[in-house]
Amino acid sequence: MEIKNAVAGTLESGDILVQIAPGEGLQVDLQSSVSAQFGRQIKAVITETLEGLGIADAYVKATDKGALDCTIRARVTAAAVRATGKDVWKD
Amino acid sequence: MRNTKVVTLEEAIRRSGLKDGMTVSFHHHFRGGDKVVNLVVGKLAEMGFKDLHLAASSLSDVHTPLIGHIRNGVITKISTSGLRGDLANEISHGLLKEPVVFRSHGGRGSAIASGELHIDVAFLGASSCDELGNASGCPRSENAKSICGSLGYALPDARYADHVVVITDDLVAYPNVPKSISACDVESVVVVDSVGDSSKISSGAIRDSKNPRDILLAKQAAKVIINSGYFKDGFSIQTGTGGASLAAVKYIRESMLEKGIKASFALGGITAHMVKLHQEGLIGRLIDVQSFDKVAAESIATDQLHQEVSAVEYASADHVGSAVHALDIVILSALEVDVDFNVNVLVGSDGIIRGAIGGHPDTAEDSALSIIVCPLLRGRIPCVVPKVTTLITPGKSVDVVVTEYGIAVNPGRPEIAQRLVEAGLKVVDINDLAAKARSIIGEPDTLPFGDRVVGIVMDRHGKVLDEIHNILD
Repeated sequence: MEIKNAVAGTLESGDILVQIAPGEGLQVDLQSSVSAQFGRQIKAVITETLEGLGIADAYVKATDKGALDCTIRARVTAAAVRATGKDVWKD
Repeated sequence: MRNTKVVTLEEAIRRSGLKDGMTVSFHHHFRGGDKVVNLVVGKLAEMGFKDLHLAASSLSDVHTPLIGHIRNGVITKISTSGLRGDLANEISHGLLKEPVVFRSHGGRGSAIASGELHIDVAFLGASSCDELGNASGCPRSENAKSICGSLGYALPDARYADHVVVITDDLVAYPNVPKSISACDVESVVVVDSVGDSSKISSGAIRDSKNPRDILLAKQAAKVIINSGYFKDGFSIQTGTGGASLAAVKYIRESMLEKGIKASFALGGITAHMVKLHQEGLIGRLIDVQSFDKVAAESIATDQLHQEVSAVEYASADHVGSAVHALDIVILSALEVDVDFNVNVLVGSDGIIRGAIGGHPDTAEDSALSIIVCPLLRGRIPCVVPKVTTLITPGKSVDVVVTEYGIAVNPGRPEIAQRLVEAGLKVVDINDLAAKARSIIGEPDTLPFGDRVVGIVMDRHGKVLDEIHNILD
């Protein structure tokens, strides 16, 4: 699947800014205000969401401000749709 | 005027006999707008002092310059009620060799009065002062620049310190009455451009919240008060910092009017909300240890029934006459509450110090009804947890916890739980709240604490309650 640069989310408290770029394998670069306690879980949610959308190669930069898993999934999905041009909600 | 005490800051320090290793003290009535700590410690550094113990009633974001003075060995020990911002972050990572000693406001007052916390030189900012040292937090001339209202936290320092320097930005004609600090306790008076920015008093933890969740929590807390059994004519009340707890008083007003109930007094940090109810005749007296905003500071200057109290008179555990013993209801906030009703208001869930003890354990212990108001989650950070990161207020002092997912009542107070259930409020088990939080956020990883002790929490009776360890990156 071809990946273009794409962004979703904000830097508001409780949100996450997800930036997707072309890459080899799934590489997640996470900065989080709650990284000590939740960094591992947040990375896992990002990776699982991308894999679920069939994306195996991408570089993801995520800046998290304490988002819940549901928010992370929504932002990652939106960024992935923009990056691939494949609308997972319609298709 | 003869024998004037008015000198430069440098001369006042020289006269005080301050030596390396001694204790200097400060109050925090200007909160985020304080200019005295940075000014004085800067001068002490310039004069070459080392190894000083800084004993402040509290410290905040504005005191970041202390980091440099700690690195240079000017300050090697700190006692305070709280720490915030970069200074707190650095200390949490191990900046100071000696642990910071944290005390509640009542605990600090008691420790100063008993001599456990001995102050060599107190540097006390005042909004007005005469040449002999009669000082006040109230404006007394058209030149008044920085107004803080009550000087309650400075009064134990003024009384018990060996040497007292008043720092003011408005030197007024003798006699500056009514006074808070007596000329008899004051050795020197220093005039500076500004002791504080009054506009920054009502910031940080005491902002007026417009957050809809805070308003929801405040309304719930008001319902708890009204149905608790303590909402009777002549009741007394205190609200702690935090948007929801400060706002709760707005929502009991209507019930007071409707039922013809009046409060005898409001205690503690006094806000504009409290002043309004007092002026409407709904609260008889205001007992003010700290004026939380401009309206409160103006009211204490003009209203006979709005009285200043010292930290000792406010919340000392050693004095049966301290005001908290007469307090019926207190509404407080929390960073974390655990399933045993223990509360943490000092250390964040990331292990970094980011708050202040304040009067939390003092008022929770001595009041008839203590209500903690906090959301279930702040972002991904849980507020109801299996065990608090740091113990500040023991669970036996805490009666009710109000969250947006329900109200938990301490099993030691079944009569309150019953009244709230009868009133139709959603009373839940605190274990269910903790489980609900976990179901949303998952299981947090353990914080990377190190082996060094960076903070010691004293309880209000002078015993060690908990230790804070350094956090590793």
